[in-house]
Amino acid sequence: MAINWFKYAAPATFYGLAGKMIPYFAWPAAILFAAGIYIGFFVAPTDAVQSEAYRIIFIHVPVSILSMFIYLVMAGYAALGLIFNTRLSSMMATALAPTGALFAFVALWTGALWGKPMWGAWWVWDARLTSELILLFLYLGFIALQASIDDPRRADRAGALLAIVGSVNVPIIYFSVKWWNTLHQGSTIKFSDTSMHIAMKQALFVMLAACWLYVIAVTLVRVRSIILERERNTQWVSELEEIRAGEQL
Amino acid sequence: MNQLSLFGLLGLVIRRDLLLAMRRRADVLTTLVFFVMVVSLFPLGVGPEPEMLRKMAAGVVWVAALLASMLSLARMFSADYLDGTLEQMLLVPQSLSVLVLGKIVAHWMLSGLPLVLMAPVLGLQFGMSFQGLWVLVIVLLLGTPVLSMIGAIGAALTLGLRGGGVLVSLLVLPLCIPVLIFGTGAVDAVNTGMSITPHVALLGAMFLLALVFSPWVTAQALRISME
Amino acid sequence: MLEISNLACVRGDHQLFSGLSFSLGTGELMQVQGENGSGKTSLLRTLCGFMQPAAGEIRWGGRDVHELGEEYYAEMIYLGHLNAIKDELNALENLRISAGLAGCKVDEKEALAALRRMGLRRREHLPVKVLSQGQRRRVALSRLLVGNARLWILDEPLTALDVGAVGLMQELIGEHLSKGGMAIFTTHQPLQVTGVETRQLTLS
Repeated sequence: MAINWFKYAAPATFYGLAGKMIPYFAWPAAILFAAGIYIGFFVAPTDAVQSEAYRIIFIHVPVSILSMFIYLVMAGYAALGLIFNTRLSSMMATALAPTGALFAFVALWTGALWGKPMWGAWWVWDARLTSELILLFLYLGFIALQASIDDPRRADRAGALLAIVGSVNVPIIYFSVKWWNTLHQGSTIKFSDTSMHIAMKQALFVMLAACWLYVIAVTLVRVRSIILERERNTQWVSELEEIRAGEQL
Repeated sequence: MNQLSLFGLLGLVIRRDLLLAMRRRADVLTTLVFFVMVVSLFPLGVGPEPEMLRKMAAGVVWVAALLASMLSLARMFSADYLDGTLEQMLLVPQSLSVLVLGKIVAHWMLSGLPLVLMAPVLGLQFGMSFQGLWVLVIVLLLGTPVLSMIGAIGAALTLGLRGGGVLVSLLVLPLCIPVLIFGTGAVDAVNTGMSITPHVALLGAMFLLALVFSPWVTAQALRISME
Repeated sequence: MLEISNLACVRGDHQLFSGLSFSLGTGELMQVQGENGSGKTSLLRTLCGFMQPAAGEIRWGGRDVHELGEEYYAEMIYLGHLNAIKDELNALENLRISAGLAGCKVDEKEALAALRRMGLRRREHLPVKVLSQGQRRRVALSRLLVGNARLWILDEPLTALDVGAVGLMQELIGEHLSKGGMAIFTTHQPLQVTGVETRQLTLS
């Protein structure tokens, strides 16, 4: 199987493969998203303490979990690109970053929307929300650094180093923010009781799966665009149907 | 020809950077003046009520120290980068990490140490207690080197890029937040009569972690930036 | 003892050169020629280990240069376009510090002798920023006189030098070669070392 992997590590081959894979992720993502929204907003019962406002968790929780997961995956790809000198790995890291940042941003907004009915404030310095904010800064730093460097190789490698340093720091940051929060007796976003109604759990899992598939689909689209941009001077790109059709216009 | 030992290299680099800074004293002073200015701005902004200032003091001093450190970071490598000496440093026949450590130490002595020495004076302006001042100096002494060490990584990654100091700050500030949290936490602890040991211990742990890893990571970042 | 096989170099989007192979032994002198932008400086920087080649190997004494790392650096000197001297320091301090960073301790007597040979008598204690371009170049070049690097990689060493200094450089390179060293350089001015045939490498 090793031979097959390295074949797909070439941008040219991966471009085609990614293109074929996108519908298999995009459609299920859309369907699961619709199902999740239905279960979460219509089927799941009203929470005893938090009433209807709690339903925002069906978006908040999946995007929070995924925003952290994406950062680790991004750092992993970046590390692969740095160690093995594979350009495609670095391109995947660059492709993941904007979605990760978006999810962190959405997590912050949904956290705020949840906090408003709960505590009457748009922003609470909850440990998790504050860590999420710092995670957003880490994403923005990665994107800004890569955007400032013209040479693609230097951009890949510098970004990789930053992502690796960031991922080592994420647990340290999370721990210190959690400690800071408990000391200052901040509010914590929690559920009314630990055992959730079965429909709530179902909705959460479905939304989590939907978001995950969405991330994969969107990242594949983005990496294809990055591949085209980086490989624009090569022969295989100029022979692609899309490029030929574009030239004829 | 005699080769330098690793300690010899460290000493040479530190002496070199200090010598260069002595001939260009303005750079060192601007960081210190900025620090004092930022700390002095806060009472002007939030009002001179003593109780509030006393509560804010540690946080204000720490944030100002962070910002002043960020400002001075660009200087760590940029002068050497522009005149070609950094390139020669990459060809050092002993450890590049030791050389980088030397530069970080010199940078701290020029940017961090003055802040540590100035902090008690500023703390008095905010009405901090004697114990609070004492703890503040200790945590700044442990924390400012960590800021220099983490900052070195950012400075090395952003060599020669547009965006200058702002980009470095964007990259480095989130990573420095734990230092801020425990640095201010220690002062709060001593003011409320609790033990400062956990805070100081954690800061010490961060110091050691940074000491072990950041010279090497910075050396790799320099090689990446100088390709 | 410097062996290059199948070297290829890429800068940004386009390939500068590929399939480059040659070797440089003791006492040999090689000049790299080519038009502006053909990759001369990139080749020299790749030989120094700053840039990873896109393909091919560089060997020193039979071993790959990237494995050797610091051992390789101990035996080579690189002088690039920039002088790598600090304006705030004087010539003597600059020389002693650069030599120290390159791994060799130089005492004051040796350093002064080197600077004087480079024609900087009575200028050794002036801050370098008051010296002319040519004199600054001489300060940078004085590093070649201290230390025992076998391989000299020089990128346009004669820039800003007057006729006398050019002659001095030719003499220095000749001495270096006869002591068992080797040198590879680029230049836009003619550089001839008496008694040595300069090998030519042209990049296209």
